[in-house]
Amino acid sequence: MAEAQNIPAGSTTTGSIAVAAESTVATRMSAPPSFDVADFPVPHGREEEWRFTPLERLRGLHDGTAVATGGAVKVVVEAPEGVTIETVGRDDARLGRAGTPVDRVAAQAYSSFEQASVITVAKEAVLAEPIRIAVHGEGGVAYAHQVIELGAFAEAVVVIDHTGDAVVAGNVDYVLGDGAKLTVVSVQDWDDTAVHAAQHNALIGRDATFKSIVVTFGGDLVRLHPRVSYAGTGGEAELFGLYFTDKGQHQEHRLFVDHNTPHCKSNAVYKGALQGDGAHAVWIGDVLIQAKAEGTDTYEMNRNLVLTDGARVDSVPNLEIETGEIVGAGHASATGRFDDEQLFYLMSRGIPAEDARRLVVRGFFAELVQHIGLPDVEARLLDKIEAELKASV
Amino acid sequence: MATLEIRDLHVSVEADNATKEILKGVDLIVKQGETHAIMGPNGSGKSTLAYSLAGHPKYTITSGTVTLDGEDVLAMTVDERARAGLFLAMQYPVEVPGVSVSNFLRTSATAVRGEAPKLRTWVKEVKETMADLQMDPAFAERNVNEGFSGGEKKRHEILQLELLKPKVAILDETDSGLDVDALRVVSEGVNRVRETGEVGTLLITHYTRILRYIKPDFVHVFANGRIAESGGAELADKLENEGYEAYVKGGASA
Repeated sequence: MAEAQNIPAGSTTTGSIAVAAESTVATRMSAPPSFDVADFPVPHGREEEWRFTPLERLRGLHDGTAVATGGAVKVVVEAPEGVTIETVGRDDARLGRAGTPVDRVAAQAYSSFEQASVITVAKEAVLAEPIRIAVHGEGGVAYAHQVIELGAFAEAVVVIDHTGDAVVAGNVDYVLGDGAKLTVVSVQDWDDTAVHAAQHNALIGRDATFKSIVVTFGGDLVRLHPRVSYAGTGGEAELFGLYFTDKGQHQEHRLFVDHNTPHCKSNAVYKGALQGDGAHAVWIGDVLIQAKAEGTDTYEMNRNLVLTDGARVDSVPNLEIETGEIVGAGHASATGRFDDEQLFYLMSRGIPAEDARRLVVRGFFAELVQHIGLPDVEARLLDKIEAELKASV
Repeated sequence: MATLEIRDLHVSVEADNATKEILKGVDLIVKQGETHAIMGPNGSGKSTLAYSLAGHPKYTITSGTVTLDGEDVLAMTVDERARAGLFLAMQYPVEVPGVSVSNFLRTSATAVRGEAPKLRTWVKEVKETMADLQMDPAFAERNVNEGFSGGEKKRHEILQLELLKPKVAILDETDSGLDVDALRVVSEGVNRVRETGEVGTLLITHYTRILRYIKPDFVHVFANGRIAESGGAELADKLENEGYEAYVKGGASA
């Protein structure tokens, strides 16, 4: 059920649960998914999928004027034994299998990249160490495509770090073989000038488990589409997200879980804190339970904590159910202010205002951070949250 | 010896676009080691006095002074007042989701004491105090006031009182909503602090019941935003028998 509490002025929380014979998740997009940018009209900003995004800050990614400059990003991959890393051309058959671009920017990226990176974990390989991918923006425009594929029963953790300054659009495919387990941590720690738009497609094999942790701190504009669909029964997706939106930043996460297969699970939890004038966070959580997806179990939640005046949250959970033969389905969204009464209580115990704020924000994120299950990543995120708070307005 | 001195305190609040004066000239001196009971009917301004002393932003001090050992309390921020030695046990403590009791207690003790308590002695101190208040050790891992029962909230307030060792403790209707057993446990906690002789206690209550457990040195009847009558413990007996009626009428005609 949708819930809304203490919504700060200028924020919206709208939710819907629709029981429909035919999906509207797909039809309310202005064009059907396509790999070809020409299939999408240039957005004008009033379309459902663009209405929250300041197009002028996309630096031309949406209208064809952003031309790749070469050398805009430097990518370094560190991988343990059992991993194959390849750079391939556009015609490689392994590209684009996990999903099709759903908006013009993703299609622009698919139409524009010159080389793609394919990282493969052999079947039944269980990696001892994470695969670490460092993406550093060197200025300029880049289009990218990346595939991470796990063979049957393989297990891997991938940590992708985005830093520096660039204008980047890309697609990432996660292809999980039967029984595979993949954890991906994607950290958007860009400089405050960067623009990053990406579609993350996960195709989850039979009995496979996909855990995604999306962490967005940086960027002038970050707009991500984490998307999940299932290739077999028994698949599980856990989608965690954490964002800290500062003054002037636009951070948008648009989730879509397509329950297209029976007996699969999904659980999405995104939490964000906002501070400063013009900080804008957008969270869209679309879940579709198709008629054939009996036995589905899904839940999605978005929580926002607004720390100062001048910040804005738009949170829109949508759940569309085409069959009643399911285990569970629900969603929740709430946006609250850091409460003056909480502040008073903590301060009345001698705790200075700044420390009180830190205590509450740490607490707000702690539960989510504990789900990550990677101690070094958890520690780094908590440190980063502290740093964000220290830099507060 | 620490002294809290309240002189001619006037306090108002904004409500429905109008300013309403709630405290209309309160004079009171609380010295270390003394216990003052402030009793009065609903709406007389007792809680306003408590929250004004702690510095709640809802209340505006329009005139008067409050000093603690000569220092101007009204010029201090909320946290500075706590560090100066004021403590308010609240009637309705606030939930702070995501912040554990143990983390909260240690953070506030660090702030009030000016340095982080040594971990080993601190853990022992917290454990023993919780045992005295008949609190389950698992309590420390719960989030502050989240899902606490009324009795648990009050025990948690008194736990803080015992750990933070203020110079002046203001207990705002700590007895309300407690059953007899919980009232006894909470009162024993307050008495342990009083017995040190190092705290001045301002016990705000509607009922005389708690005074059977916590013996006041002074009783003040609060009515219509000021102290209407002061006396010794015997005044509470009079209130027990006669109620507040005389003061409410007196207040209305004043």
